[in-house]
Amino acid sequence: MEFSREKRLKARLAGDRRGDLYPHSLQFYLQPPTENISLAEFENFAIDRLKLLKAVENLGVSYVKGSDEYKSRLEREIRKLKFPFKALVEDDYDARRKDHISHFILRLAYCQSEDLRRWFIQQEMDLFRYRFNELTGDLVEKFLKYVNLSYGAISKEVKEKLAVQLLNSTPGLNGAKVEELEFYKVPLQEAMDLFRVRRVYLLNAFTYVPQTDIVAIVLNNYRTKLSKALALTARSLPAVQSDERLLPLLNHLSHSYVGPDYSIQKSIGKISLEHIDALSVKSFPLCMRQLHRALRDNHHLRHGGRMQYGLFLKGIGLTLEQALQFWKSEFIKGKVDADKFDKGYAYSIRHNYGKEGKRTDYTPFSCMKIILSNPPSQGDYHGCPFRHSDPELLKQKLQSYKIPPTGITQILELVKGMHYQLACQKYFQLTHDVDDIGFSLNHPNQYFAESQKLLSGGREVKKEPSEPESSQQKLSSQKSTSSCSIPISSNTEADTELEGLDAYFTED
Amino acid sequence: MAGFEPGSLPDLLPLYYRRLFPYGPYGRWLSYGGVVKNYFQRREFSFTLRDDVYVRYQSFNSPQELEKEMQKMNPYKIDVGAVYSHRPSQRNTVHMGAFHAQEKELVFDIDMTDYNDVRRCCSSAEICSKCWILMTIAIRVIDRALMEDFGVRHRLWVYSGRRGVHCWVCDDSVRKWSSAMRAATVEYLTLVKGGSETVKKVNLTDPIHPFISNSLSLVEPYFEEYALVGQDILGSSESWEKVVALVPEYILWLLLREFPKKHDSIQRWELLKKKMEKCKPCHAEWEIMLQYCFPRLDINVSRGVSHLLKSPFSVHPKTGRVSVPIDLRKLDQFDPFAVPTISCLCSELDMAHEEEDGEKENEAEPEPRRRTRDYKKTSLAPYVRVFEQFVEEMDKSRKGELLKRSDLQGDF
Repeated sequence: MEFSREKRLKARLAGDRRGDLYPHSLQFYLQPPTENISLAEFENFAIDRLKLLKAVENLGVSYVKGSDEYKSRLEREIRKLKFPFKALVEDDYDARRKDHISHFILRLAYCQSEDLRRWFIQQEMDLFRYRFNELTGDLVEKFLKYVNLSYGAISKEVKEKLAVQLLNSTPGLNGAKVEELEFYKVPLQEAMDLFRVRRVYLLNAFTYVPQTDIVAIVLNNYRTKLSKALALTARSLPAVQSDERLLPLLNHLSHSYVGPDYSIQKSIGKISLEHIDALSVKSFPLCMRQLHRALRDNHHLRHGGRMQYGLFLKGIGLTLEQALQFWKSEFIKGKVDADKFDKGYAYSIRHNYGKEGKRTDYTPFSCMKIILSNPPSQGDYHGCPFRHSDPELLKQKLQSYKIPPTGITQILELVKGMHYQLACQKYFQLTHDVDDIGFSLNHPNQYFAESQKLLSGGREVKKEPSEPESSQQKLSSQKSTSSCSIPISSNTEADTELEGLDAYFTED
Repeated sequence: MAGFEPGSLPDLLPLYYRRLFPYGPYGRWLSYGGVVKNYFQRREFSFTLRDDVYVRYQSFNSPQELEKEMQKMNPYKIDVGAVYSHRPSQRNTVHMGAFHAQEKELVFDIDMTDYNDVRRCCSSAEICSKCWILMTIAIRVIDRALMEDFGVRHRLWVYSGRRGVHCWVCDDSVRKWSSAMRAATVEYLTLVKGGSETVKKVNLTDPIHPFISNSLSLVEPYFEEYALVGQDILGSSESWEKVVALVPEYILWLLLREFPKKHDSIQRWELLKKKMEKCKPCHAEWEIMLQYCFPRLDINVSRGVSHLLKSPFSVHPKTGRVSVPIDLRKLDQFDPFAVPTISCLCSELDMAHEEEDGEKENEAEPEPRRRTRDYKKTSLAPYVRVFEQFVEEMDKSRKGELLKRSDLQGDF
């Protein structure tokens, strides 16, 4: 109690000024922020907002937008990332400030190409729609007035007079609804998308828009403004990019993956080379299974494949020595002799482990990176099969892996809708015989970790997967000590990154 | 009345442009009160001259200059285009991209050939009194929507001179509409969709939007006269088969069986309505009425801000008829075949002149006054009157606006 009093005191001392700055929990972001902030805050705000927008994207394809599931999950994300949510002005200042600043930072990163702009606008609009729909009572009118979209709600008398026409012009309504909903009088030109298809009542150059459709008009307005703003931002970008502190972050943001990067392997040394074949079938995501298969079949992989697969193996715990042994044994079966391997390929494997040159410990590729960069060409086996494979070939491959036909259809539907990671999630569900994957897939190593966790009984499953014979002692013992790369229990290593990992996975 | 020969145009046009064309109200119309700077000067006109020579981007410093040019060129056809950012005749002095269309009236073009699939009386290029009703219906439906739904005040309906009608919507705000708004308006006003491959062009689902129900109540009174009597759409098996193709299948077979037993289209229509009553929520009788009678607009004419359209009082080179304004108060009596041709007007003028000669006419009278009296002596008079009233209405409301504004600002 003392705590909250203190907070309120702070707000009052800072003056109503702060409340004035952000009078509503949402805004059109018309004015850029003008204060000074630290680089750390700059970076953290941006990353948090990016996480939020990605959550918006994921939830938008996993659930029907506006459904209860969607709303409750999105609310959770918003709260977790400390963005404004349904709070009183005085308590919400920090969140609103963060919301304001982070939006403008992301504009810098996402204005640069048509694709980025489209993505950014789409997620921002979904986020806006959600928050607008959460506004209660007269907050809607107050907000509309604040953004100069002041549409007056028609009086009860007028509504009664026009009841029949309103009922007949607005699809999805019944008599009772007309009574309870507010109707706003919107000038013709601002409701073009509604009147062109006769979804509203039009009288004397005004449309009568129900509350439920006002959001369409507001969104239209928001999109127009944001679109213009991004175009303008793109023009002034060179000036921003010349600031060396910002350039790397901005570049990173638009291609980034914001989750655990698997560069620290807790399970190092726990994988045995003899088990890789079995593991590739059971726990590898399709992209890695494909790469492994290609390596076994051709005794060779080209550079893109070596990078993607090699780093993945590092992420699941292969040591440098194991890696060298693995690749060498396979390449020798092909056209490469031992000497050539040691001179050429071995060097780059050591490089990946940070033992050569710059000594950077390279991180395994995230799904986003695999999907967006370095598309495979003839003779390549890397990339994301859901993104890069011909759908027919993908279908055949899945059939050969004994995926049930209904499952294949679902996967292909998701691929058609460009939801590649969801298609992979579906693949996980089908190969592990679970209904709900229980996590949001972003990284091949995450796939592996989750799969191992599941197979070792670290989670509740719908159906018990058949265990391999105990002749593979190492494997089962490995499984029981398991939760391979995810320490569920507290760990002696105070690793902040892994704490983040934890929070990332434990979804309630 | 003299029959019209296209070959006589070179002789008739000079007379028409010197003595009959109503330059006064025309210039007042397009100046729009002189409120906006250089509005008239930035307007594009196009002329079609003899031998199909076509010149665009004509612009003039004043209505008087336009008049002089018209009397000099004697164009076969005059089109009105948009008001541009710069004087069209000087567009080559402007940076590329800077010259663009800014404003124009919202226009509609309703052409009888768009109804060819639902009229049997004429072949495509012709019209007759039987199918002219379609134009009457179109004007009623569109005009109501423009006035009541879109809140428009100033609209001018004009006979195109051959097969259809045009509408010029002149309200200040509407002239500024983007092409997206214009297209959206046409979409709102469209119920008949589909080309030659589409059998059923109107599909209604509940709830029925007020625009549709309001339009239906305007169409219904004309349906019997037009479709059942005039077009006799249920008169023979050949024609009624096309109609029953639009009803639900189980009713279709029923009607095919029963129709031969009835005597005429009216009886058969009654039967159809009775059968349809039993299968709500289907609305096939409305859909049939609309498919046969509802206005069909050409979106391309209305959408483009820079689109050129035939000017009111322009002469149609093929029929010789003048594009005259239509008096909405006497809409049902409008007869396109009674619209004066240029040859008939000229001979009327000659006759009137002969009479006056006998009255010792003062030759030294100034041109404009003589001309004002001239058209009054011909059948063009009532049409010019309609036009003048239209322009006066706009003047009045403009004055009203200015008064209101100055009242608010406290100017006296």
